[in-house]
Amino acid sequence: MKIAVIGLGSVGRGVLETLAGKNIGLSVTGIADSKSGYIDPSGIDIKKVLMQKKKTGRCGDAGVTAMDVVREADYDILVEVSPTNATDGEPALSYMKTAIKRKKHVVTSNKGPIALAYKELKALAKKKGVALRHEATVAGAVPVFHTVEQGLAGNDIRAVFGVLNGTCNYILTRMAEEGLTYEQALLEAREMGYAEADPTYDVKGIDAAIKLVILANTIWGNGVTLDDVDRTGIDRLTPEAIRLAEEGDCTIRLIAEADKSSGLLRVSPRIIRKNHPLVVEGSLNAISIETDLAKEITLIGKGAGSIETASAIIGDLLFIAERYGRRP
Amino acid sequence: MKLEMKDSPGQLVAALRPISDVGGNIIAVIHQREPGSHDGLLNVQIVLDLPERRLDELVGLLQKEGVHIQRIGRERLLYRRTVIMIGHLMHTDLSDTIDRIDSTGFAEVSELAMSMPAISERSSSRLTIKSVTKEDMERAIEILRSVSQEKDLLLIEPLEEMA
Ligand SMILES: NC(=O)c1ccc[n+]([C@@H]2O[C@H](COP(=O)([O-])OP(=O)(O)OC[C@H]3O[C@@H](n4cnc5c(N)ncnc54)[C@H](OP(=O)(O)O)[C@@H]3O)[C@@H](O)[C@H]2O)c1
Repeated sequence: MKIAVIGLGSVGRGVLETLAGKNIGLSVTGIADSKSGYIDPSGIDIKKVLMQKKKTGRCGDAGVTAMDVVREADYDILVEVSPTNATDGEPALSYMKTAIKRKKHVVTSNKGPIALAYKELKALAKKKGVALRHEATVAGAVPVFHTVEQGLAGNDIRAVFGVLNGTCNYILTRMAEEGLTYEQALLEAREMGYAEADPTYDVKGIDAAIKLVILANTIWGNGVTLDDVDRTGIDRLTPEAIRLAEEGDCTIRLIAEADKSSGLLRVSPRIIRKNHPLVVEGSLNAISIETDLAKEITLIGKGAGSIETASAIIGDLLFIAERYGRRP
Repeated sequence: MKLEMKDSPGQLVAALRPISDVGGNIIAVIHQREPGSHDGLLNVQIVLDLPERRLDELVGLLQKEGVHIQRIGRERLLYRRTVIMIGHLMHTDLSDTIDRIDSTGFAEVSELAMSMPAISERSSSRLTIKSVTKEDMERAIEILRSVSQEKDLLLIEPLEEMA
């Protein structure tokens, strides 16, 4: 199958490097970043484009926009990996709608459009007979949606608990391990490249809440939004509080929680026993799924990273290729 | 079970002694001083583990001590939940915060640990709440949520029930 890639940052590069390094059977016919685009129906030389991007900052011609690629390139699957816009999902939302209307499948790591317009996008995709997959939007490399939709097919998912923000988990781990203050741990997280210059989205629990909304919408189709999440961040935590928790063989972690029957959606720091499966170290992510048949399943893995996130995208691409692709 | 007795320390001891005499194990004692309480009487809820078929004997012993038993509920459990509160706990009257729970009559703060780095800084505390039923515990936690909001404290709840 043929793919077009929108966004050549950390995730986009990870996808292309993987495709260049492994014989997966997908060819790239369109590519775009914020300033340029490139279309080649016979297949783009990935290594060449990556080199050019590195040298010039552009992957293609300044005269070709990302929307041009979405609208005109000859591809089967659109890989949308441009930056997350949590306010209106744009321009990624328009890219996705345009592609779906052209009867193209969409695979994305972009949380904005999925958190804001999942129902609408899913309905549109259904109408057009194409797939919309977003494994990479929640917990990076962790295949939570494959697990829920395929592995746990037939189960009634009752609740989901997750450690969905690596930055917060790193900060809390360091506060617990070293007795650092919140400010010291945040500074360290920045130096390690885990935290953005403006850490608000992470430490106030907004990023985790967006992922929780995506989980709830995907699993239960309940149309919840960010405003439905009861949210408390980690920025008022003290090392003393963590020590008080540790005296009782517990610690404190930022937990996202969604419950089907009560409709509860909550992101908040919680006291949790140290040997609980959700207590993971550093920037790792973890998700516990409670179901009627399988009971409890916990997945742990890397929540971010170029190749790690690409893993989730590749998984979605191959899922679509297998289900919709022409067999030899 | 719920006991009613005269409000004096000796009375409580008198009530507790027979429990150990019959091999019982006291899990919790919850006082409740009802507003406008009648004639210095004290309501006490005692949660205990009792060997099979020793209840009648215990009731007899208690009555001999002059303790009036209001209600005996079997198979009642004791719920414990530990929370952490962060903020200006002293400035916002910690004893009032605790009293909001203790004064309910259905739950009480059974343990308190504090950590205060400096007078002007926020302090942290760990509170263990006990109640007789799960519903009472939910009500107690709900009270703490609203007190925390009112006093601008950060309330950290446990993820799961802890024994
Ligand atoms: N990084 C991770 O580990 C991770 C994990 C899970 C999910 N995600 C999500 O995946 C997406 C991509 O993340 P990333 O880390 O790769 O981001 P990034 O490094 O910031 O890269 C974003 C890419 O998108 C391009 N871009 C910006 N505006 C665009 C526009 N209007 N149209 C087309 N392309 C545009 C940028 O172009 P230029 O190169 O010209 O600037 C850049 O190539 C985000 O939505 C993010 O939330 C990331």
